[in-house]
Amino acid sequence: MSTAAKSILLTGNQAVAWGARLARPKVVPVYPITPQTPVLEQLTAFAAEGTFDAEIVTPESEHSVMSACIPASLVGTRVFTATASQGLLLMHELLHYASGARAPIVMVNVNRTVASPWAFWPDQTDSLSQRDTGWIQYYVEDAQEALDSVLQAFRVAEQVLLPTMVNLDAFYVSHALEPVQVPQQALVDGYLPPFNPPHRFDTDKVESWGNVATQDMYYRHRQSLAEAMARVPALAAQADHEWAQLTGRSFGVIERYRCDGARTAIVTMGSMCGTVRDAVDAMREAGMAVGLVKVRLFRPLPVAALRAALAGFDDIIVLDRNYSPGHGGVLHQELRSALYGSAVTPRIHGLLAGVGGVNVSPAKVAAFVSQALQGEAQIESQWVR
Amino acid sequence: MIPIAQANEEPMLCSGHAACPGCIDALSARHILTAMGPDAMAVIPPSCMAIIAGPQPYSSLRIPVYQPTLESAAAAATGLRRALDAQGKHGTQVIVLAGDGGTYDIGFQCLSSAAERNEDFIYFCLDNEGYMNTGAQKSSSTPHFARTGSTPAGKTSRKKNLTEIMAAHRVPYVATASAGHLPDLLRKIEKAKGMRGTRIITLIIPCMDGWGVADDAGLTTARYAVESGAFPLYEIEDGHRYTLNHTSKTRPVSDYLGLQRRYRNMSAADIETLQAEIDDGWATLQERVANSERKSHA
Repeated sequence: MSTAAKSILLTGNQAVAWGARLARPKVVPVYPITPQTPVLEQLTAFAAEGTFDAEIVTPESEHSVMSACIPASLVGTRVFTATASQGLLLMHELLHYASGARAPIVMVNVNRTVASPWAFWPDQTDSLSQRDTGWIQYYVEDAQEALDSVLQAFRVAEQVLLPTMVNLDAFYVSHALEPVQVPQQALVDGYLPPFNPPHRFDTDKVESWGNVATQDMYYRHRQSLAEAMARVPALAAQADHEWAQLTGRSFGVIERYRCDGARTAIVTMGSMCGTVRDAVDAMREAGMAVGLVKVRLFRPLPVAALRAALAGFDDIIVLDRNYSPGHGGVLHQELRSALYGSAVTPRIHGLLAGVGGVNVSPAKVAAFVSQALQGEAQIESQWVR
Repeated sequence: MIPIAQANEEPMLCSGHAACPGCIDALSARHILTAMGPDAMAVIPPSCMAIIAGPQPYSSLRIPVYQPTLESAAAAATGLRRALDAQGKHGTQVIVLAGDGGTYDIGFQCLSSAAERNEDFIYFCLDNEGYMNTGAQKSSSTPHFARTGSTPAGKTSRKKNLTEIMAAHRVPYVATASAGHLPDLLRKIEKAKGMRGTRIITLIIPCMDGWGVADDAGLTTARYAVESGAFPLYEIEDGHRYTLNHTSKTRPVSDYLGLQRRYRNMSAADIETLQAEIDDGWATLQERVANSERKSHA
């Protein structure tokens, strides 16, 4: 069998389905929602043609999807699902439940505006509002990274027994066609060993989960969750490094693009990173010392890596494609908190750019940067378009 | 079928559990678990049974238990079942031990969906006709005129007929049962065990505290519920084959009401109304049984 990957033209959603197929999950509960639906349809098509061997469950809601995912994972099977927006929000209670149960489910979320009013555009408020639920969160830039991140996510999730969310922007990533390298199954099998958790539901070795706990037990349980979270940045970096050795592709936990000699860093997540790369190239050409810092791992927030990546800049411009009412851009606030107390703190400009899916072109990014650098950094995030 | 002598042993539900004295929930669970045996896993959503299952790190059940959120028992049982199937453990039975709140109300949506998919598990609804674990408030299973914390003047609407609703999903087996009629209960569990697909058994569970029943009167109350026709014992197979298991109605409902404080101070007119509702329900059930017998002989 050839070990060479094949290059196929895939949408982000199809790339996700390929990533899921290659990870060989055994249980896949899933509910359709725009713009995630093609993930579901591709997986059921794989199953129908006999190339995907999983128990696919199609319940009446995303709530039941996540309700089924958790005990399936606790039985010791690998579990995958995908959702978007309202579906993710409907799962909210179960997201907490999954991390509490230490169920390493991998879920793809297609970032879509949250109602009301109804809209279907790229906006990351859906998943960012779930940041306290105990899930590891990745944000990816394109279809290739989506496929690769699903596999890396399983690798990390199962090492620390934490559920993991891979987020991709609606349409810009979910529906855009790109050439994607699809690795051979044998390569993935070598990278991702079978799921073999230390505890599981087994009638021969009776253990239970969910019975009521004392204050002390609950406290220790949260501490153990924190310890697992603390291990994630290093394990995510290692998973990425080993993936690079096998495929030549690496994304990092935090990526610095053209940051050498730069005085200003643009920081963002998801598909906006691709736009900013073009903007940075153009600004560099025009003699501006600007680079991109891409946050790929958002939960746990890799504070040490962020501080290192952002050290030495005069100005940081955060582009938030999300909005937390009453507090502004989520990444803006998180970065300010992560950098507080650094020896030299750069000026941090928070820009609410692309909220609700409004288009942000490379030229716009350059204009936002020029405008921001002309004034003082404001405490509050600024609406720009 | 296991003999009653064996059902009275306690191999699957341990003593020292957290149920109230005289609790019929614990008694019923003991019979269910013994009849199911060790090759089973239980899903227990928040309910009295979740408390009876014991605090961490203890468990009063000798089989694995997963406690899901209140509204997700049937979806959780689905996940458990499918994962066991993926591991080739088709012989392990998945059971749900849920209350009426987790079944008739907040968990109903996912139960309906699981039944529509004919997921392979046995769902036991331990029906104590209200939110007894939070101190007795009404559920949609609470009967007409019953007083609860949220219906202090008596409930103004009738009890939802879960058995008929689930039968309308055309699942292989829906039944009502009672620890007060033990041979019938054990036979039904054994019958359900021999089938695949969604099987739903609702047990009437008189609640000492919530119904205002004497500690030693639980089983008598359960028997009166059946004998008065307030809780008929019957089975529906494949959505249409009806069998009435306790075929006569031998008591006026007032006998049943008299055992319970939740019906205190009911007016004669209200008792008459309730009696008429029960008589009507009984007649409807008789018609369905007769129709089903006629069809099977046709």
